[in-house]
Amino acid sequence: MYRYDQYDQQIVNERVAQYSDQVRRRLADELAEDEFRPLRLQNGLYMQVHAYMLRIAVPYGLLSAKQTRMFAHIARKYDRDYGHFTTRQNMQFNWLKLEDTPAILADLASVEMHAIQTSGNCVRNITSDEYAGVAADEVVDPRPYAEILRQWSTFHPEFAGLPRKFKIAISGGKEDRAAIEAHDIGLSVIKNAQGEIGFKVLVGGGLGRTPIVGSVICEFLPWQHVMTYIEAILRIYNQYGRRDNMYKARIKILVKALGIAEFKRQVEEEWLYAKDGPGTITNEELERVAHYFAPPAYEEITSDNAELTKFKAENKDFANWLQRNVKPHRVSGYAIVVLSLKKTEVAPGDASAEQLDFAADLADKYSFAELRITHKQNLVLADVKQSDLIDLWQAATAQGLATPNIGLLTDMISCPGAEFCTLANARSIPLAKLIAERFDNIDFQHDIGEIELNISGCMNACGHNHVGNIGITGVEKKNHDEWYQISLGGAKGHNSSIGKIIGPSFKFEQVPEVIDRLLQVYLRERIEEERFIDTVRRIGHKPFKEYVYATKIAFEVEEDIDTRSFKPVQYSVPFYSPRF
Amino acid sequence: MMIIKNKAIVNDDWVVLRLAEDETPESVTVAAVKTIVPLKVWLSQKQILQNRDDIGVWFASDERPEALKDDITKFSVIAVDFPKFTDGRGQSIAYNLRERLAYRGELRAIGEVLRDQVFYMQRVGFDAFAPRPDRDLEDVLKGLTVFSEGYQISVDQKSPLFRRVARTEASSKA
Repeated sequence: MYRYDQYDQQIVNERVAQYSDQVRRRLADELAEDEFRPLRLQNGLYMQVHAYMLRIAVPYGLLSAKQTRMFAHIARKYDRDYGHFTTRQNMQFNWLKLEDTPAILADLASVEMHAIQTSGNCVRNITSDEYAGVAADEVVDPRPYAEILRQWSTFHPEFAGLPRKFKIAISGGKEDRAAIEAHDIGLSVIKNAQGEIGFKVLVGGGLGRTPIVGSVICEFLPWQHVMTYIEAILRIYNQYGRRDNMYKARIKILVKALGIAEFKRQVEEEWLYAKDGPGTITNEELERVAHYFAPPAYEEITSDNAELTKFKAENKDFANWLQRNVKPHRVSGYAIVVLSLKKTEVAPGDASAEQLDFAADLADKYSFAELRITHKQNLVLADVKQSDLIDLWQAATAQGLATPNIGLLTDMISCPGAEFCTLANARSIPLAKLIAERFDNIDFQHDIGEIELNISGCMNACGHNHVGNIGITGVEKKNHDEWYQISLGGAKGHNSSIGKIIGPSFKFEQVPEVIDRLLQVYLRERIEEERFIDTVRRIGHKPFKEYVYATKIAFEVEEDIDTRSFKPVQYSVPFYSPRF
Repeated sequence: MMIIKNKAIVNDDWVVLRLAEDETPESVTVAAVKTIVPLKVWLSQKQILQNRDDIGVWFASDERPEALKDDITKFSVIAVDFPKFTDGRGQSIAYNLRERLAYRGELRAIGEVLRDQVFYMQRVGFDAFAPRPDRDLEDVLKGLTVFSEGYQISVDQKSPLFRRVARTEASSKA
């Protein structure tokens, strides 16, 4: 993975000093909260319902064992012994004190990490394919380009006051695992007919209140030009993006208003000034950065693994895990292993300090001391020898990291929801828990097969509700009463789509039954190897909708469920997330 | 009034004209002192103002630098207003004045100019800063030196870091 040189380290160290002084001035009241707010946000610090939350950048989801141990340390020293992995491959700590944050940043800087631009109206942390460099279907490794763009976007002097946040994702596989169509800019690294490397560039995708799939602005952009081209897009957006209404300020609204043809014309007119100029990436720079992502020292493995085959035949749990959590690797004898952070009783994406240390140990032992974070909030050991799989499975099982549910119903994406987030209308984590409990049976989940269920506590869609095959969105009705809209037919990847709401919203307690009914229709209607999304696309919403609303869904509100936790005054609902 | 110019606190006698609600660009009287007028005033009173050598122009954040394309060499001071410190349009206006229109005179940031934004402003071509009078200029000055390096090209640096220096992994040198 990429390692800092003296310049990277110096810039991050100077940021720690700058930010520490900003916090000092804030605490001394030399800096007013409304002036401090954008500063702390561009350093990933949010003020949440109960405490400060710090979002730490994990560039394109790649993490060393050492960095993972630093997360464990921060969790123990400054938080409540756990951290939370996000859908944008970052790490969040939820229970911090403002005065501790400078020390946390100094700790992070010591392991080449930071929280720069993980929030605010600027270019955010760039996300990528969680299987970059190892996926069997990879065309080009996107990571060197992601790193070059990370550096370019870091403290870009012209784009620190954009109309709104700006997210870039980059993928290099045949399959798109970075949801590039749902980003402000999506880059797909491709080869043209001559074998030259370049990017298909998409612009104006996004979720949130106005979910839109990105439009192609350039079919093939030679890689040397990617920085100058993106800079041209941002210069147009910075000047013409709407600033009168924050809900209309994302680039997707500008692209829609101008039309992609006119937007492209403006961008390419702007680009002509910079094209072939000093912002063009050189071969030397690409080689320098690519060197850090060179394949590790794989062993040459040719023999079949008879022990694995035998163990698999005898052990159904292991067979399930192999089927769901182990992915094909491009190197013979190796495998990609996903450590599931979706155990039924745990909030999706949460990892305890103990688990973080343990995952770091696994990385050291089995996977060249590196980990990745997936957009589905799981961890990945990317380079595991197939002959180590049995040992690894046994170890991971003992730590609750081997739930064989990757890509299945309980591998849900969930935002933090109303218990943490000031924007949310409704809770997400307890709903995820309720759903996980209802469909805990792993055989049932394997029978249902691939499905993506995503939950967001509000229309801002941090939980990717629009692109869930089943999407759940918290909506508020009078008195903070929690209701949820259910949408159907959303999907990520190259054939992405935005889900459509099936009808009137439901109460918290009704949601699992709604999902059960949707699944029943699927089981009744599916043909052959059809996935849930395929059936929805083939038969349409109508049969699902009719069945869901055919009879009333009775429910009981459990009044005394909240014995372990307190109840924040602004919500009239019981709180029973495991962390409270 | 004191402002920051070329990284020093200096006295400055330019007056920034802001239109009152009942004034219009056509009718406002530009006093016979060194005045930085709104772009709209310049455009509507150009016939009179172009004979003076004590006129500067300021841009609102929604105005376009190209509006001064034919006149740019006339000015020794151009200013860009930041109505809010979070409004980043002024950054692109400055960039375009310097890069597209090759403006070489003083480029001054006015309005909500704060310590924690001036580093970025300096990189896109501002060389003068006029914060609100209630701000401590010594304090703002500190904001100009927070970073000693930047990765990207901009007005202040025509070559990206990777073209300027030999970059090697810090730990490999240790």
